[in-house]
Amino acid sequence: MYLNQFLLLAAVLFCLGVYGVLVRTNAVLVLMSIELMLNAVNINLIAFGAFRDNVIGQVFSLFVIAIAAAEVGVGLAIVLLIFRNRADIDLDELAQMKG
Amino acid sequence: MLENAWLIPLIPAISFLIILAFGKRLPKKGAEVGIAALTVSFVIAMLCAVEWVGKKVPRHAVTGHQTWFEIGGVEFGAGMHIDGLAVMMLVVVTFISLMVHVYSTGYMHGDRRYTYFFAALSLFTASMLLLVVSDNTLQLMIGWELVGLCSFMLIGHWWEEGVNSGAAIKAFITTRTGDIGLMTGIIVLFFAAGRDFSIEHLNHEALTGAIGHGTLLVGASLLFLGVMGKSAQFPLHVWLPDAMAGPTPVSALIHAATMVVAGVYLVARLFGVFWTGFSIEVGGTNLVAIIGAMTVIIAALLAFVQDDVKKVLAYSTVSQLGYMVMALGVGAWTAAVFHLFTHAFFKALLFLGSGSLIHSVHSNNMSEMGGLRKFMPTTFWTFMVGSVALAGIFPLAGFWSKDEILLGALVDGFPIMLVVGLMGAFMTAAYMTRACYLIFAGEYRGHGHPHESPPSMAWPLRILAVPAVLAGLLNAPGIGLFHGWVEFEVEGVPHFLELHEFNPVLAASSLAVALLGIAVAGAYYYRGALNGLADRVPLLRTGHRVLVNKYYLDDLFLAIIRGIQYPIAKAAYWVNQHVLDGVVNGVGKAAQRSAVVMYEVIDQRVIDGAVNGAGLSAEEGGSILRHIQTGRVQQYAALLFGAVAVLAMGLVVLT
Repeated sequence: MYLNQFLLLAAVLFCLGVYGVLVRTNAVLVLMSIELMLNAVNINLIAFGAFRDNVIGQVFSLFVIAIAAAEVGVGLAIVLLIFRNRADIDLDELAQMKG
Repeated sequence: MLENAWLIPLIPAISFLIILAFGKRLPKKGAEVGIAALTVSFVIAMLCAVEWVGKKVPRHAVTGHQTWFEIGGVEFGAGMHIDGLAVMMLVVVTFISLMVHVYSTGYMHGDRRYTYFFAALSLFTASMLLLVVSDNTLQLMIGWELVGLCSFMLIGHWWEEGVNSGAAIKAFITTRTGDIGLMTGIIVLFFAAGRDFSIEHLNHEALTGAIGHGTLLVGASLLFLGVMGKSAQFPLHVWLPDAMAGPTPVSALIHAATMVVAGVYLVARLFGVFWTGFSIEVGGTNLVAIIGAMTVIIAALLAFVQDDVKKVLAYSTVSQLGYMVMALGVGAWTAAVFHLFTHAFFKALLFLGSGSLIHSVHSNNMSEMGGLRKFMPTTFWTFMVGSVALAGIFPLAGFWSKDEILLGALVDGFPIMLVVGLMGAFMTAAYMTRACYLIFAGEYRGHGHPHESPPSMAWPLRILAVPAVLAGLLNAPGIGLFHGWVEFEVEGVPHFLELHEFNPVLAASSLAVALLGIAVAGAYYYRGALNGLADRVPLLRTGHRVLVNKYYLDDLFLAIIRGIQYPIAKAAYWVNQHVLDGVVNGVGKAAQRSAVVMYEVIDQRVIDGAVNGAGLSAEEGGSILRHIQTGRVQQYAALLFGAVAVLAMGLVVLT
């Protein structure tokens, strides 16, 4: 087993997440892409922890999971409100903050 | 008590402060404080008088002096010199002032500035007493100016009417004209007496010949200028009749009994200076006697053509002051002081009586009175007592004092002054008869409903009537107490004023002259004889016109003032316009130019540039950066990731 395999997997996963965040116009899908990115980070943390005989990586990944759950809860609530107001969750249309 | 005489001026001064501070909150609006203070002062003055009279002969003045500061060997301070003259004045001033205070509670009732009036009365009394007790010319002048100020304040008491404030200003400025002389005179005598303000010292130096005659003549003449202003002597008498614009109690206190005799008092006080300076013992003529004599006649004539009852009394006061000054001029010192003493009582009585009349009929004019005997019995008989005393009818006060003056003129060798005195006696009796006739006889010609005045006004009249009758007896032949009590005395100098034996012939003739005056005036008014004479004879008509216009003196003074003042004012205006304004404008222009430079260069360019530059750069930066702010979340995220990627690459490359 090589650490590189895990890091490569995490990097691929993270890039997929970044791509989803930048390209997808559906807000729910953007949130899901963020989850992908967070999980890629989790894989990294656990992999490093395992290879170093250290539990700190697992502890941090638990924190990240908990925060990700909270973040998704808040994010979905915002998305829901936006949908109620506009009957639409297309992010390209949400440009009122243009300076 | 004599050594504590300084309390007498101090108490009214304290009363003045109390009235000023708390007067309005007191139940009687401050009047009770003034009356209480004057009562205490009067009692102390009486105790002083009793003690003075009880002293062993020869009586010596009680003195006290407090140094204020010394500079260059000259001592400045306040002190008192209590001798017979001062004691007499203290009694007169406190007594009349007390009467006037009581009277004013009735006369000024409901006045808008009631408290202020009593405060001013207290201040006046304190100042007058300060003048009386003073032992040096400097303190005397302070008192002198203070009474002038109070006179100004009280004449203009009803200043809302322009006439009153004008009269106040006229009185102030006219007396001030004389005061220039007083001040320079004091300075001259100060140096002449070896840098000393002391009155006693001045008299001593003058009488022993330590001061040169020329210097004394100059000093005395200058002082006399002040006397002419204050004691309303011709030609500076013009202010006194106008001063009648003030409330009547003020006229009684200030312009009849006390302040106007300050000039006479000054001459009496510094008599050594005048005696030697004007060579009075030589006889003949001197400035004091001439001015006094002129004043007697001129003022008495004017009293005939006045309709305002107070102005009749005012001219009468001027005339009587002329008597006193004339008496001093002929060397009849005791007679002058005695006349001052008696005159204070009956003239205050007459003024308060006229106040009672005015209070009742609401007019000063005798043409709107008449027949008041029925309505105002107390006022009538007290006024008659005052008039008879003033006219000099035996045995009332005026007879004795006037007779002494005539006696002095006769014995000391001033025949002209004797004639003038007799003429004055004739005219005094005549114009008082005229006034009494117009006021009390005939039918009432006014509009209101005359009534007797309240007790607070009637009682002072009754009380004052007593000394108006009896005061003269103090120096009557056979009694002759007054001249022993009040003597001109300078320590170390033998008595030089001689006493004159009573002359029955002269007394009888002065009485006859006065009676003749009454008879002539009575014939004119009661019988109607000689009526219309002034209209028929051109000479008399001219005379009447001159009198009505007061000898055109006011016009003359105005012309003088115009002649002198207008060119000065014009020149001053020119200087102001061309010189002063030039300087001022130049400075202004220079300031303006430098301000313009400051504005354009420093303010606009440097300071504003910095401020605007900061704002501008922020604005420009903002307008550039706003293009990043697209509102698209994903664009922000892309930027964020790009930036992180760049930073990460940098990190990798650098490490």
